[in-house]
Amino acid sequence: MTKARITVTLKKGVLDPQGKAIEGGLSALGFEGVDSVRQGKVFDVELQTSANNAKSSLSEMCEKLLANTVIEDYQVEIL
Amino acid sequence: MISSVILFPGSNRDRDMITALTKISGHKPNLVWHTDTEIPKSDLILIPGGFSYGDYLRSGAIAARSPVMNEIRSAAEKGIRVFGVCNGFQILTEAQLLPGALMRNAGLKFVCKSVKLKVENAETDFTRLYQQGEVIACPIAHHDGNYFADENTLNSIEDNHQVVFRYAQGTNPNGSLNDIAGIMNAEGNVLGMMPHPENLIEDSHGGMDGRRIFESALNMLSGEAA
Repeated sequence: MTKARITVTLKKGVLDPQGKAIEGGLSALGFEGVDSVRQGKVFDVELQTSANNAKSSLSEMCEKLLANTVIEDYQVEIL
Repeated sequence: MISSVILFPGSNRDRDMITALTKISGHKPNLVWHTDTEIPKSDLILIPGGFSYGDYLRSGAIAARSPVMNEIRSAAEKGIRVFGVCNGFQILTEAQLLPGALMRNAGLKFVCKSVKLKVENAETDFTRLYQQGEVIACPIAHHDGNYFADENTLNSIEDNHQVVFRYAQGTNPNGSLNDIAGIMNAEGNVLGMMPHPENLIEDSHGGMDGRRIFESALNMLSGEAA
């Protein structure tokens, strides 16, 4: 079995109003010097396949569903 | 003309759409469940608003991958008119039948109110009964209506006159690029818009500004009795 973690983040240049609101929250809590917060998503996936085979299938999952590549980038990490 | 309304788990504006179509055309639309692999022969396919699949993952993302979408895609390729409202617009972008994406509103709030829309292109199958540049009223109710597309896509839809409706100047409720409220595909037979014209089709709604979209799409004359 292969375990993988997929991280989906907004592309550079795409505004992230939720990240901005979180940034404001951190500053309200007194955390200083936070330049920027960008919110993303994490998917932990378990597959019945070898790590080698998993990678291409995980990328396909990202392209077809897990990420909207108009606005998001993704990273696949085999754990 | 025959119309069909597509139903997903979590659609909640389907009844408004069915009522509007029935009142305007005099015929009840076919109802098509999302797992169906066939759509009855239709001239107009409608994807109503709501929260398909609870907006899980991204608004419209799961619905856009459901079995009925293959049928909608092939109908669109044949030139049959497809019209998505609100969640329907989100589903059409997620299915890549329309360019761009609809993101969380810039103000982060769910916005429910009446807005003014400018008819940006009145030479379409959906807007031919409006005047070019006419400003109409239309209700909105959404959390993810912030239209985004990369610069090239945006330039291309502007150049091809695919922007059909814009929020009137200074009234953009959600941060949409170029004040975009509704766009069509390059072929002009697929339209998506965030506002709800089905909720402004008779006097008791407080106005009828939304009615002509349906009359246009159904090849009726303005105000023609059903």
